Amino acid sequence: MAKQLVLMKGNQAIAEAAIRCGCDGYFGYPITPQSEVLEHLMAERPYLTTGMVVLQAESELASINMVYAGAAAGKRVMTSSSSPGFSLMQEGLSYIAGAELPALCVNVVRGGPGLGTIQPSQSDYFQTTKGGGHGDYRLITLAPASVQEMYDFVELGFDLAFKYRNPVAILSDGVIGQVMEKVMVDDYKPRWTNEYIEENCPWAATGHRSTGKHRIVTSLELEALKQEAINDRIQAKYRKCEEEDARYEAIQCDDAEYVFVAYGSAARICMKSVELARAEGIKVGLIRPITLWPFPTKAVKEIGGRMKKILSVEMNAGQMIEDVKLAVDCNVPVEHYGRYGGVIPTPVEILDALKKMVK
Amino acid sequence: MTREDIIKPENLVYKRTPVLTDATMHYCPGCGHGVVHRIIAEVIEEMGIQDNVIGISPVGCSVLAYNYFDVDFVEAAHGRAPACASAIKRLRPETFVFSYQGDGDLASIGCGEVVHACNRGENITMIFINNGIYGMTGGQMAPTTLEGMETVTCPYGRDPKIMGHTMRLTEMLAQLPGTYYVTRQAVYTPAAARKCKKAIRQAFENQKLNKGVSFVEVTSNCNSGWKMTPVQANKWMEENTLKYFPLGDMKVDGKFDPKFIERVGTFDQPNETIFSLRKK
Repeated sequence: MAKQLVLMKGNQAIAEAAIRCGCDGYFGYPITPQSEVLEHLMAERPYLTTGMVVLQAESELASINMVYAGAAAGKRVMTSSSSPGFSLMQEGLSYIAGAELPALCVNVVRGGPGLGTIQPSQSDYFQTTKGGGHGDYRLITLAPASVQEMYDFVELGFDLAFKYRNPVAILSDGVIGQVMEKVMVDDYKPRWTNEYIEENCPWAATGHRSTGKHRIVTSLELEALKQEAINDRIQAKYRKCEEEDARYEAIQCDDAEYVFVAYGSAARICMKSVELARAEGIKVGLIRPITLWPFPTKAVKEIGGRMKKILSVEMNAGQMIEDVKLAVDCNVPVEHYGRYGGVIPTPVEILDALKKMVK
Repeated sequence: MTREDIIKPENLVYKRTPVLTDATMHYCPGCGHGVVHRIIAEVIEEMGIQDNVIGISPVGCSVLAYNYFDVDFVEAAHGRAPACASAIKRLRPETFVFSYQGDGDLASIGCGEVVHACNRGENITMIFINNGIYGMTGGQMAPTTLEGMETVTCPYGRDPKIMGHTMRLTEMLAQLPGTYYVTRQAVYTPAAARKCKKAIRQAFENQKLNKGVSFVEVTSNCNSGWKMTPVQANKWMEENTLKYFPLGDMKVDGKFDPKFIERVGTFDQPNETIFSLRKK
């Protein structure tokens, strides 16, 4: 079976992509609005076809630690959750980063704080891009704006995770998770063989001491100078990642005088606002960060630097705006427009905010 | 007779198993961890599985266990070793997987993970070292601390009215259908250590059968945390701990041991072993 065009939910696309890209294991716990990931995997039963392990864990604590251990054994493993569950996973993500392991975690964000709401939000931007767990680490963060990107970012996420041996987050939201769109799905790719893992992941605790020396996967180093050296190594990876893997999309920016900066479902809504604004003669463009960490600082600086004003549109009270301001070094006025608590802004609302800013 | 005359293979009566590394253990003299490490290593050597085993170490005194075993090892977050072991065994069913945890790690912060790994019947070996105290952090109360026992966080003795009761987690786990072999052992005498080795061997052999969890609790001392000499600690353990945590099998080949069923019937009786560590 070659490529195929199908209609599915964003959450199902995550699950389908995992099966088709050769993922070895998924460990998850039900939470709205992302439960379709686990449901789709359980319905598809990939353990009978590709051999992929699917397990409903007893909690998000367990599932992230299953991911930690599976990654330690050299396997391509992932989990998914939504905001309150993702908060529970922060300790595990810190361990995964500290032990320098590759893993993929999907957060289909809902409004908070606390139990909040099950409606879509982008209020976990700080948590995902600035840390979340303890220690100096970063999550490589991909922000899909369509069901197709939900699908594509699973394999991309695994590639980046293994390139940097660092956890990768797909920061989605309830809109992208629940909406149905057409998706081009790939043919099934085989999972990595144990022989391939032995050869390519010498750090993995596979149980088979092929090198003649036992492999230890740990995030513990009690000697401060050695721990500092580990941190230096991790930070060097992050500088490389900032250099090589910051991604973004620029829409109608060439002749623009104003620009929206928005990601995920907010960016989708802004695309319509751009259209409406241009119909009224306001030259506005859109910068859509695809990686939220590393943030596309250079692009925002370069494109944003040419603008009269920048509007950061987010489904939160103003989080990404800090990175936008840092990128343009406050040389261009940056304002924020946001709805939160599960409210989704309309294109007209955003247009009105733009008009207010332009005035 | 010269030294060289004595050092001959035929005269060798005792040696370190190659499954243990050269690293000097950090455990306190008199602690049971070293003995249990050696037993596990010997079992791995005797079964010839050194190149096919993954261990999971906990947070606690045995956090550095990975330095002492010459087998692949993953260090888990506090309490999560059963979740880690579950994932690894499912992803690498060809390997022997064992978790190694203390009572703070397994019975307190990791209570959920151990219960669910046992309930799922994960095909793994779990080693549980129970010394009734948090050793590494300096001797605080654990769920397994005996009633009346004094620790730095219950300096007037554990009062079950405000601090909860002493927890017999192993007895709970034995009642889950996912456990295949559940036993409580000790290593405070040569005879006990030999029995314990037999149990741990069984717990590893069981992984070949795909029948579920093999769980070995090793009731141990913590002479540093208990503020005793090793000899005193072993004597105290025999006189006090083992009354509340009796040694023996609870479940063998998936079936309850008759003596265990008898004992479970007495669990609603109030604990009579109220005592003090310090002589008043």
